[in-house]
Amino acid sequence: MDLKEKLLSSFIAFENQISMDSSLVSNLREEAIKIFEDEGFPTKKNEDWKYTTLNKVIKEDFSVFANTENSIEYKDVQPYFIHDIDSYKIIFVDGKYASHLSQTTHEGIDVCLMSAALNKPKYQAVIENYFNKIASKNGLNALNTAFCQEGAYIHIKKNKLAERPVQIIHFSTGKEPALLLQPRNLIVVDENAHVQIIERHQSLTENPTLTNSVTEIFADKRAIIDYYKVQNDKSEASLIDNTFIEQHQESNVAVHTFSFGGKLTRNNLNFYQKGERIDSTLKGVTIIGNKQHVDHNTLVHHIEPNCEIHQDYKGIFGDSAVGVFNGKVVVEKEAQKTNAFQANNNLLVNDKATINTKPQLEIFADDVKCSHGCTIGQLDENAMFYLRARGIPAKEARALLMYAFANNVLESVKIPQLKKRINKLIAKKLGVNIGFDL
Amino acid sequence: MLEIKNIHAQIDEKSILKGINLDIKPGEVHAIMGPNGSGKSTLASVIAGKEDYEIEKGSILFNGEDISELSVEERAHQGVFLSFQYPVEIPGVTVTNFIKTALNETRKAKGLEDMPASEMLKRIREKSELLEIDRKFLSRSLNEGFSGGEKKRNEIFQMAMLEPKLAILDETDSGLDIDALRIVANGVNKLKTKDNAVLVITHYQRLLDYIVPDYVHVLYDGKIVKSGGKELAFELEEKGYDWIKKEVNQD
Repeated sequence: MDLKEKLLSSFIAFENQISMDSSLVSNLREEAIKIFEDEGFPTKKNEDWKYTTLNKVIKEDFSVFANTENSIEYKDVQPYFIHDIDSYKIIFVDGKYASHLSQTTHEGIDVCLMSAALNKPKYQAVIENYFNKIASKNGLNALNTAFCQEGAYIHIKKNKLAERPVQIIHFSTGKEPALLLQPRNLIVVDENAHVQIIERHQSLTENPTLTNSVTEIFADKRAIIDYYKVQNDKSEASLIDNTFIEQHQESNVAVHTFSFGGKLTRNNLNFYQKGERIDSTLKGVTIIGNKQHVDHNTLVHHIEPNCEIHQDYKGIFGDSAVGVFNGKVVVEKEAQKTNAFQANNNLLVNDKATINTKPQLEIFADDVKCSHGCTIGQLDENAMFYLRARGIPAKEARALLMYAFANNVLESVKIPQLKKRINKLIAKKLGVNIGFDL
Repeated sequence: MLEIKNIHAQIDEKSILKGINLDIKPGEVHAIMGPNGSGKSTLASVIAGKEDYEIEKGSILFNGEDISELSVEERAHQGVFLSFQYPVEIPGVTVTNFIKTALNETRKAKGLEDMPASEMLKRIREKSELLEIDRKFLSRSLNEGFSGGEKKRNEIFQMAMLEPKLAILDETDSGLDIDALRIVANGVNKLKTKDNAVLVITHYQRLLDYIVPDYVHVLYDGKIVKSGGKELAFELEEKGYDWIKKEVNQD
C-alpha cells in the first residue's frame, strides 16, 4: 500500500479518535482529506516541484501515529536547545507533547499547545478567526489539516512583549521504524506586540522520519516577529515546512532559515502583505553536502503601497548536494513605492553539486524599486591568494572564505546566543577551526 | 637573503619578466621603480608565489633555499610578506580573526602551539598603537569599506604582527594622503632590524622620502635596466621615466 492509500485509510480510524474536536475543526478535516485524496503528493508535473521530488521520501512505510510512549531526558537532548538563554519551550517527542521538557505560560501571553487550543472553548474565537485561514489548500497542507493534533499555539496580546524567546522543538526518537509527523503551529501576534521564536525539527536516530509541518502566523498592526528555523537534521530525516505569514500595517516580520542537513528539506515560505508600510525579511543560509537536498520556495505578495522586502539567501553546495531556490515576488497594481530586494548567491564546491535558482518577479505597479540578483560561482581567486600570502593554507583559506560568504547573513539575527550558535554550526560544517571569537 | 637569478616569468603565454637579477641582504632596503606596465607588480607576485604566473627560467633563493616550487603559504611561513597594492575585501571575517588565524597557521607550520591569548592581545595592542589603529577598527570586516589609507595601514599592521624576514611593499603609497603615508612609513621603519629586509615597489619617489632605500633599481620592460643608490630615485623624479626609456632604446 502506498503512503497516500495508507493515509486515507488511517483517516477513518483517526476521525473516531478525535471526537473532541469542535464541529468547525472536524468539518475542516473532512474538507481537507478530500483535497488530499484529489491532489495527493505533489509531483514534478507541478511547476513548483520541478526540481524536487518526494518519491524517494514517501516510499518508506511510515507510521502515521507513534504508538509507543517515549521519555527522553533533557540531558540527552540539551545540545539541540539554545540552552544558555531563558526561554519558553514547547517540546514534542514523536509528535506528543513532552511537559517535562517544556515551559509554557498563560501570563499575559499564551504560549501553549495546539491540542488545547483546538479543544478548549476559551480559544475557540481565535481558532475560528485564524486556524487554516492562510495555509494554501493544496495536498500537503490539506494532509496536515486532516491529521494535525499537536503543535505550538502562541498568542501575544495587544502591546505585550514576550520577554523570552520561544523554542519549539519536535524530536523524533526512532522507536518507530519510520515515522510521519504533522505538527501544526498557530501564532497570532496582536497590535504592537512582539515575539521571537526558534523552531527546530530533530531526529535522534537514523530511522526515517518525514515531517509535514504547517505554521500560520498573523502579525497585526505594528507587530514585530522574529522567526528562526534551525534545520540540521540526521541523514534520513526529511522536512516539508509550510509557513504562511499574514502581515498588517507597519508590522515587521523576519524569517531566517538555516539549512545545514537532513535528507530532503523543502521550505515553502509565504508572506502576504495586507497593509501599508510593512517590512518583511527572508534570509537563509544553506550549507549541505553528500546527497542532501534543500529547496527554498518563497513567495512575497505585495498588495498595498510603501512596503519593503529584504531577501537574501546564501547557499554552499558540496559533494552531490542539490539546492533549489525559487523566489517569487508579486507586486499588485496598488502596491506603489514597493521596495523589493532579492539576492540568492551560491557557491558550488564540487563539480557534482547542483543549484537551480529562479527569481520570479511579477510586477503590476509602475513606481517600484525591485532588484534581484542570483549568482552561482566558485571562490574568488584573488581572495584565496591574499589569505594564502598571509600563511593561511589553501584548505583553511577556502573554509574561511566560505564561512565569510555565509555568515554575513547572520547580521540580522537578533538573539546573540543563537547567532553565536549558528556561527559555530557554520564553522563546524565548513571545517573552520581556527580559534574564532564567535 | 633573497637572490633572484635570471627570472623569466609569463602569464597567459605573454612574457612579463625577461631576466631579472636581484640580491637583497639582511638589513637592506631596496626600491624598485619603473613606469606602469614594466613588470613591478608581477615581480612582487612571483616572489610571493602567485600561481597565475609561470616561471620559465631562473631561480629564487630565499635564505639559500630555492623557493620557486613552494606554495604561496609555504613562502609566507618562511617569512615572505607581500603588502598588497589592492588588499581584498573579505566581509564576514574581522581584522582580528584574520590576523590571529594567519599568525597561528604560521606557527602551526613551524610546529608551534597557538599563541597564548594574552600574548596575542598584547601584540595586537602594541602593533595597532604603532600604526595608530583604533581598537574599533580591528573588529570590522577585513578591508570592507576601508579607505585607501586604512587598507594600507592594515597591511602594515599585518606585517607588524607577522614579523616577516622579507617585506615586499607593492605600491603601498598609492591612495595615501600625506598623514597616512607618514604613519605607514614610520611603521615600516620601526619594524626594520638588521636581520630583516624590505623591498619597496613604487612608481613615485614620494614614499622613498620616508622609507629611505639603500639601493634603487629601475625596472623597464621586464628587466632591471639601471641600479644605484637613493640618489637615483631623485634623478628619476626630476627627469621622468622617458629618460630611462630613451637610454634603454639607444642601447
